[in-house]
Amino acid sequence: MNDLLTSGLQGFGPLLAEGTWMTVKLALLALALSLLLGMIGACAKLSRSALLRIPATLYTTLIRSVPDLVLILLLFYSLQIWLNDLTETLGWDYVEIDPFSAGVLTLGFIYGAYFTENFRGAILSVPAGQLEAATAYGLSRAQRFALVLFPQLMRFALPGLGNNWLVLLKSTALVSIIGLADLVKAAQNSGKTTNDMLFFLCIAGLVYLLITTLSNRLLNYLQRRYNTGIKELAR
Amino acid sequence: MIELLQEYGLAYLYSDGSGLSGLAMTLWLFVVSMLLGLLLSLPLALARVSRRAWLRLPVQLYTFVFRGTPLYIQLLICYTGLYSLEVVRDYALLDQFFRNALNCTLLALVLNTCAYTVEIFAGAIRNIPHGEMEAAQAYGLSGWRLNLFLVLPAALRRSLPAYSNELILMLHATSLAFTATVADLLKVARDANAATFLTFQAFGVAAILYMLLSFALVGLFRLAERRWMRFLNPTRG
Repeated sequence: MNDLLTSGLQGFGPLLAEGTWMTVKLALLALALSLLLGMIGACAKLSRSALLRIPATLYTTLIRSVPDLVLILLLFYSLQIWLNDLTETLGWDYVEIDPFSAGVLTLGFIYGAYFTENFRGAILSVPAGQLEAATAYGLSRAQRFALVLFPQLMRFALPGLGNNWLVLLKSTALVSIIGLADLVKAAQNSGKTTNDMLFFLCIAGLVYLLITTLSNRLLNYLQRRYNTGIKELAR
Repeated sequence: MIELLQEYGLAYLYSDGSGLSGLAMTLWLFVVSMLLGLLLSLPLALARVSRRAWLRLPVQLYTFVFRGTPLYIQLLICYTGLYSLEVVRDYALLDQFFRNALNCTLLALVLNTCAYTVEIFAGAIRNIPHGEMEAAQAYGLSGWRLNLFLVLPAALRRSLPAYSNELILMLHATSLAFTATVADLLKVARDANAATFLTFQAFGVAAILYMLLSFALVGLFRLAERRWMRFLNPTRG
């Protein structure tokens, strides 16, 4: 395998592997952040208090109507400028935002809006009687969420979560535009050096294809797990 | 802010002095890729649900590859990858086509949106109620007549909600065009940012324009659904 990587990829195997690792790291961290934001957003959107509901609605509507690439550029450059202003007024040293943290923050923030809608729909699909029964049994708020609501809402949320994860994964390619040394950048650099752009871009495409295929496998497994006890619809 | 709009207002909307730019360019990219993608996806969707493996499998492979890889990679392959082939440079026609950044962008966008649309339509075709097919066959429709008069109209109506989602994502995807030097909305925003350093305002104007476009598209599809999907909602009539 090592042999194939070094000779088959004209010596660019390690560079591509590093890029792949960067892409996977970025995607997973952004996923974790966006799942967290999505859960908070969904609870805020379903809250009785308008103080929580209105900002959450603004968040999902505004973010989902603007292209992710525009938001990435807007946030990446603006965050740096705001941070500079902040450090200057506080008299601190200059802090530079690296493309990786900017990518995690912006992608997490953007896809949090998509996951909010996802979780909101799933929470609404869980029969109200389930939560009422949990309250009647004397479960605390945290127990109600962890033991009753969450396992059931995952069944409804998973198909949408899977789709959004795949979109998020493919969006990480955009972060190379703000200078992150990810899979796309590695392929471009290898292609430029060897004058064989097409070959290396296709390799990068294949790696993405591999990751999405593996993700689909995992999602099918999770779907089966969360469907335990539910009769599959006859096909 | 006012200076930004005075200097770049026209470029944001339709012309940067040397040609189409900004909103008009984004709309042009969107409309052309939508129409070509739609046209191409209709026969491919029929092939995707065909019983014949030699029709079905190539389309399946096509949608698998194009839905499993980022559009940015596809655009790079169309824009820089293919042009590195000697074959492409040797044929005058291919050379001319791939030398033009706009053509490459359109090619990538069309192939990408078509792949998603094929799967949406194929899913809708599979879910046409059996009774409708049987009724059409009882009326003597078969072959291409069945497809033209029943399958496509029935499936297209039912896929309107999913198709509207895909079109909004495609509208957002056109913003990648600037990486191939096409003067779309985002390219104007970047140029304005580079010249004025009003980062938030420069990208903010573009974001607002994209937002308005998205809202307009959502509104149009709501009208279309009210018109063409009314039969699925008889109580509201």
